[in-house]
Amino acid sequence: MKYLVTVKSVEDPEIKIKIKPDGTSIETDQVKYVVNPFDEIAVEEALRLRDAAGGGEVVAVTIGRKDAQQQLRTALAMGADRGVHVVCDQPLDPTLVSEALAKVVEGEKPDLVLMGKQAVDDDQGQVGAMLAERLGWGQASFVSKETSLESEDEKAKKPGVSIAGTTLQVVREVDGGMESVTVTLPAILTTDLRLNVPRYASLPGIMKAKKKEVKELKLADVVADPTPKVKILKLEPPAQRKAGIKVADVPTLVTKLKTEAKVL
Amino acid sequence: MSNVLIVIEHAAGAPKKASLAAITFGQQAAQKTGGQVHLLVTGSGVGAVADKLKAYQVAKILVVDAPAFANHSTEALTAAIAAAQKSTGASIVAAASSSASKDVLPRVAARLGAAMASDVLAVIDASTFKRPMWAGNVVATVQLTTPTKVVTIRSTEFGAPAAGSGAAVEPLAVSVDLASFKAKFAGLKEVKSTRPELTSAARVVTGGRGVKGAEGFKLVEQLADALGAAVGASRAACDAGWVPNDLQVGQTGKIIAPDLYIGAGISGAIQHLAGMKGSKVIVAINKDPEAPIFQIADYGLVADLFKAIPELIDAIKKA
Repeated sequence: MKYLVTVKSVEDPEIKIKIKPDGTSIETDQVKYVVNPFDEIAVEEALRLRDAAGGGEVVAVTIGRKDAQQQLRTALAMGADRGVHVVCDQPLDPTLVSEALAKVVEGEKPDLVLMGKQAVDDDQGQVGAMLAERLGWGQASFVSKETSLESEDEKAKKPGVSIAGTTLQVVREVDGGMESVTVTLPAILTTDLRLNVPRYASLPGIMKAKKKEVKELKLADVVADPTPKVKILKLEPPAQRKAGIKVADVPTLVTKLKTEAKVL
Repeated sequence: MSNVLIVIEHAAGAPKKASLAAITFGQQAAQKTGGQVHLLVTGSGVGAVADKLKAYQVAKILVVDAPAFANHSTEALTAAIAAAQKSTGASIVAAASSSASKDVLPRVAARLGAAMASDVLAVIDASTFKRPMWAGNVVATVQLTTPTKVVTIRSTEFGAPAAGSGAAVEPLAVSVDLASFKAKFAGLKEVKSTRPELTSAARVVTGGRGVKGAEGFKLVEQLADALGAAVGASRAACDAGWVPNDLQVGQTGKIIAPDLYIGAGISGAIQHLAGMKGSKVIVAINKDPEAPIFQIADYGLVADLFKAIPELIDAIKKA
């Protein structure tokens, strides 16, 4: 079984994003980059599937700047077997990314593509379904599991999804509950938060990752026309809330909510 | 002159409130495109839903009514929406952000060769929209340059649609063969609740790590019930399994904007704030005076929630 996982390099979600004064982009000086947290979950799930099956290959793919290779190496340090890096330093959109990934998938021929349900920078959440459509594959988005992240299965690092023959069985987080779906392989799944807790890269893992193969491709190798179809015209900060007050006790709070805010 | 197609979701024989907000988006967008608003309803036995939609100012309501559409199927819905787009000649296909639309609409976009904007907050013109990025810390103005555009909208940013009458209800035949699909629905475990639905409730009470466990979370639920409010949670409370996952409020969970939000034992990570800072009145109860949620709370109470909430419930019941 061959698993392909996507790894997007994103700004550390814990830092405060600053917009450049001209509103064209965000400040990137001194900004730390990390693996998109949802993609880490996808990498973890692929590793668990491979290890539970006692064999297979996990290929990690990134599309982006030269130095995004650091995030690809993080996936390799977690345990992915090798990497593919589509090197480009230009604006991308989900249409371009899905076209590029479709090309990589055609070359790699994985049985299962695992990717985060969204990247925490652009928050679009489109690439998984777009890729599935391009390939004519089945998809399962927002894949989760019924057991909690504090369960024994999670501690034992069991995969949250199961594969029998060419059928993938998953549980999806949907509005109002949990949905079970079976998908015929090859297929695409996108990971939700509670599928697993990703492992940290170990020191030996980091050492090994340095020697693992990373194939570099150019954007022109994988897309026909590099013009994004989503053009970002302007970035601005959201409207700020005006500062509130601290109240001393519950009776004061109730009075304020009744007479001032008029919500009780 | 090009039309706007809004994909409607429904429950218990009525359109969801979020889908009504999507109709409002459609009415705003149609003013820019100079076209009409068309709606698409899919499901099995959905005549009542279509009837209720006639109360709004829209030109046409397309109905795909077949057993194959009873449960969620990405491939069936993609086929239906693509067929409706063709039939209406819509230049914009939109739906309220939901687990269903986020699953299906990107697939529709790829099929139609359309660019897509997710979680749209406002309409600028027929191809330009505002949308959030980086957990709502940045608002981007984006232009979709393809002839057909696909959009999901953040329902909390759009009010009730203009009323109307005389919309034509038309059946749309879409033949799908579920057996031929790659992904098959195998069951739904519903989370049953008698409380208001989280994303459309006027009042919401949420609990976080400070609630300490499923037992402590009952206090949050009691406060919600005293207020007739919906219950929400931070990521920590969902991760720990104290409450169902679909109660998570935040960047990657539910986006809410109630009249009154009360957060108990929630520190206020930016990912959580991204999901609730549109609330009209924000109350935070936390024993840590440095908790970031106090920076955006209209009323902050530095207190032990295990003492403050019972006191609050008593005060509300006496009122």
